[in-house]
Amino acid sequence: MPFGLLKYGLSNNYPAKHHFTPSKELKKHYDVVIIGGGGHGAAIAYNLAKYHGITNVAILEKSYLGGGNTARNTAVIRSNYLTEAGVNFYSESVKLFNNLSNEFNYNVMMENRGQLTLAHSDAAIRSFRWRAEVNQHMGVRSELVDRQTIAELVPNLNMSEDSRFPIMAGLWHADGATARHDAVAWGYAKGACDRGVELHQLTEVEDIEITNGRVTAVKTNRGRVECGSVVQAVAGASSIVAKKAGIPLPIHCYPLQAMVTQPYKPILTPHVSSPQVHVYVHQTSRGEFVIGGGSDPYPLYNTRATLDQRESLSAAALELFPFLSQARLLRQWAGTTDMTPDYSPIMGLSPVENYYLDAGWGTWGFKATPICGVTMAELVATKKVPDLIKPFELERFYRFEQINEAGATAASH
Amino acid sequence: MKLLTCPLNGKRNISEFTYGGEYHVMPDHRTSSARDWAEHVFFHDNIAGIVTEWWCHTASSFWFLAERNTITDEVIRTFKADEIYQQRIDFTAIATETPS
Repeated sequence: MPFGLLKYGLSNNYPAKHHFTPSKELKKHYDVVIIGGGGHGAAIAYNLAKYHGITNVAILEKSYLGGGNTARNTAVIRSNYLTEAGVNFYSESVKLFNNLSNEFNYNVMMENRGQLTLAHSDAAIRSFRWRAEVNQHMGVRSELVDRQTIAELVPNLNMSEDSRFPIMAGLWHADGATARHDAVAWGYAKGACDRGVELHQLTEVEDIEITNGRVTAVKTNRGRVECGSVVQAVAGASSIVAKKAGIPLPIHCYPLQAMVTQPYKPILTPHVSSPQVHVYVHQTSRGEFVIGGGSDPYPLYNTRATLDQRESLSAAALELFPFLSQARLLRQWAGTTDMTPDYSPIMGLSPVENYYLDAGWGTWGFKATPICGVTMAELVATKKVPDLIKPFELERFYRFEQINEAGATAASH
Repeated sequence: MKLLTCPLNGKRNISEFTYGGEYHVMPDHRTSSARDWAEHVFFHDNIAGIVTEWWCHTASSFWFLAERNTITDEVIRTFKADEIYQQRIDFTAIATETPS
């Protein structure tokens, strides 16, 4: 074995296979064009190819695979939402995540570490009890825990009663997890490309041709492509792309910032989140502490990092974990989030017959990647909206039937 | 800290302000359909470029408008609402006229 490795290392002719199809000319026609080569776009392509036998598919990505919000999110996986539609949807996603490495034969570094959300007020305890009841009713592991249990789950958490917002209770979600976000996108893209899907990077959709309420072609910077149907999966640019198809969306784009510290030895197992002090913290398998919080206070199409946010995130993180006061920050970055009025996604049919929406992914997109791939592929293949995503259709806003996940989402990814 | 010029209070830290949404002409609810009303309430232009939007200086509760570039985050100008609204809109009168 060591000799084999040595031989492999010294060989000029590496037998390693490329993960993805090498760049080539766009074909004239694809059955399905997916706009956006992030986790969602790749997952939809993968499911179309593997489970529906639709392989004449192109993923058009204006930059590079998984380089947008797939790379910028903080990789939190959980299903402790509040509404029936939300819990059903995200819990299916968590189940798929648990089997994803087997599905791909490719390690996505899934770690089931659990998630703890902290209550610093009676009102928060009431809403946590509500969420725990809803979750348990639907088979999701959530429970209200007291201070003693919190101290056992997270021994280095600041449990002082003298802090500005003392911790009163918590919502413990044993199904909470994390995975490597890049690997999820790569795994899906690799599986899709192996089955004949074409990934076209540096290919930007500039216009969408619509005749008699149907999409006929998309114009890109590399030429015109005719298509049977189109799926848009471009979180952070949903309004801009949908506008090319003449579809207005109830979305506002806000930057969401996060940062990481230098690496430490493993000392924090679960993901800890506090909606009260607007921060969430977890330690990656590399040892870095990831610190994130709420969105910026006003809309912007820019992923700059601000000192304001660094100060408020640091202050909140130190309130929970005072030992981080000596930590050095390595990076701070932002992603662009599609915020919807009800903090739920917009999935399914659009006013254009063969144009499908996968938008409004705000701060909850990564955790939905696997289930989004399954349901959107089913929709494209069968033209029937799966029950799981029916509640998330764009039409809900015209019927004033919002799916309120604001409480289960804000600053508690 | 980023500064924003309030037409009433002058240059202040942007943390003193609250973002108030895109500027839109409100449809007349007596004549508009439920669909149009839903679009007015929930939908946004969400333009990447120069937009006109409402801001409020939180402490003084003063509402005004701003033109801002949503790609570069540059504020082009801020101005009082009376540049657009020359007359008072009597919402109470409109509400009582509403057919039940």
